[in-house]
Amino acid sequence: MPSLAVWKFASCDGCQLTLLDCEDELLTLAEQVQIATFVEASSAIVAGPYDLSLVEGSITTPSDENRIREIREQSTVLVAIGACATAGGIQALRNFADVAEFASVVYARPDYISTLATSTPASAHVKVDYELRGCPIDRGQLLDTLAALLVGRKPRLPAATVCTECKRAGVTCVTVAEGIACLGPVTHAGCGALCPRHHRGCYGCFGPTATPNMPALIPLLHRDGLSGPQVDQVFDTFNVTQFQAASDSERTPR
Amino acid sequence: VTDSRTIRVGALTRVEGEGALHVELRNGVPERVELNIYEPPRFFEAFLRGRAHTEPPDLTARICGICPVAYQISACNAIEDACGVTLDPELAALRRLLYCGEWIHSHALHIYMLHAPDFLAEPDIIAVARNHRAAVERGLALKKAGNRLMELIGGRSIHPINVRLGGFYSVPAKADLKPMAEQLRRALDDALATVAWVAGFDFPDLTTDHELLALTADRYAIEDGQIIRSAGKPFPINEFSEHVVETQVPHSTALHATLDGGRHLTGPLARYSLNSAQLTGVAREAATAAGLGEQCRNPFRSIVVRAVETVYAVEESLRIIDAYEPPARAFIDVPARPGVGHGVSEAPRGLLYHRYEIDDDGLIKAAVIVPPTAQNQAAIEDDLTRVVVAGVDLDDAALTAMCERAIRNYDPCISCSTHFLTLTVDRR
Repeated sequence: MPSLAVWKFASCDGCQLTLLDCEDELLTLAEQVQIATFVEASSAIVAGPYDLSLVEGSITTPSDENRIREIREQSTVLVAIGACATAGGIQALRNFADVAEFASVVYARPDYISTLATSTPASAHVKVDYELRGCPIDRGQLLDTLAALLVGRKPRLPAATVCTECKRAGVTCVTVAEGIACLGPVTHAGCGALCPRHHRGCYGCFGPTATPNMPALIPLLHRDGLSGPQVDQVFDTFNVTQFQAASDSERTPR
Repeated sequence: VTDSRTIRVGALTRVEGEGALHVELRNGVPERVELNIYEPPRFFEAFLRGRAHTEPPDLTARICGICPVAYQISACNAIEDACGVTLDPELAALRRLLYCGEWIHSHALHIYMLHAPDFLAEPDIIAVARNHRAAVERGLALKKAGNRLMELIGGRSIHPINVRLGGFYSVPAKADLKPMAEQLRRALDDALATVAWVAGFDFPDLTTDHELLALTADRYAIEDGQIIRSAGKPFPINEFSEHVVETQVPHSTALHATLDGGRHLTGPLARYSLNSAQLTGVAREAATAAGLGEQCRNPFRSIVVRAVETVYAVEESLRIIDAYEPPARAFIDVPARPGVGHGVSEAPRGLLYHRYEIDDDGLIKAAVIVPPTAQNQAAIEDDLTRVVVAGVDLDDAALTAMCERAIRNYDPCISCSTHFLTLTVDRR
């Protein structure tokens, strides 16, 4: 039986929780794979190597830089799950600030804290075979990825935009119809256009697509009421590093 | 001859986040008992500065994937307080309904996946399913009902997208709630069966004397309330930081909080012991049948209290759905106003406090977040000391297992506290 390991780095646990949230599939899955290491869910820990590793969280400490390399060495396939593991997560806001100052705000004794100046995705340290985007990941995508890897096909991870998903679902466009600022045109698909379905503009949980048309979107965001700094902030969340890279030339100077 | 022992657990399992345990004994007396939280810090309170006053609900949800609604609602409560806005009763009821979904999901997760394996001497729920398949399927169905309720009201169960200051982006139609009510009626049977199941477990003896801290309200407090405590004088929420003080210890990235300088306990045992008179209907009957009195002071029995609270949350959801009429508006505007706001709510693990200072530009000037696990760390370490003293004749493996159980009793949320635990036991 193929072995599965689930690993956590700096994160909220929500993406690994997605696996436990597969209530209808969990017991069946456990008949198809050996859940060898999953610290949050089991006290039984089986040593590697592992056929498949799911990695949640970003790399933020010197010891975690080593741990991700060890996990890579023990894993045939490594899948990064969620925005922390694919982009550094919201804690990557430190990358654009002074981490020592950040620590001094939260901790009376920052000298007790061991942390790196940056929060980085798994791919900055090791080869990653697949990435599941999202803050959090989508349960359907996780199940499809596990099923695909079990039968030896490629996972279905469409690279379209939230906007495309939204149109396909026949949801009334919140930007066109109501002037609600929406990041759907530049945001990676995967959530099923949840926000527009709830009368809210997309706020970028899945990060940018490969070729986001920022110059076209940003004037629309201004038109729909966001100021310059507000446009920056709307991108400075769970996928801040990727949106920063995508929009460097468009941003308000800091 | 000095008899020294060290017990270490490098990575605590079946807890949310990364923690370890370190216990040192000399001649059978515990000298050092430490819950080490090595979850890397993520600096939320630092990067919240300068953000728009509308952002903390979405941003702080990301502190915890298991209790994001708690973060969203405590943040909303605090910012609405700062801006002088009170929710319409219909919107407050919908907020409570969403929060009930989180209680059902989070409690079912802890009862079945994290805690029950301890009582059945199994490593995990998959192993439990080999001998208790029907029970595990029941637990999964119960958990799923909580998740579906969160999806229905919040749009997504992990980091809901539909919550905003002043209410929601959209509200469900009455007809949308009907199938949910059907699922919840089945969940009520599952929740009652859960109480009966866990009440039959074998509980180690442990009586604690931590001061209890919880919220109280017209109904069993969940989404808001006033401070209530077991010994000292209650205080208004805006004085929270004067009474619950966070300090830092070298062995943890979590801050340790004390209540008026002493150790205290928040969470299911505190809520139940202070508010059990408010449990009504089948939740009350289930608690009585499970042998719970008006108070419960044995942390090992917290699994029973969580099961009773799950019954309550399901019952309460059905009541809210039954009375539901779509609110006239999905949200109230919450325009920024300079000042300070305080917000509390009962996360599944206990009282969660947020404080925000808003500046003249409507931006967050300062943020303080005190999660339940930071508050419970002193209580956990005290329980560990008692468990080690009582179990000193056990071999290392058995004593270590008992220590881990003492920690899991609290359903600690280490990502929340970032600030959590590796067990090392030094016996010297």
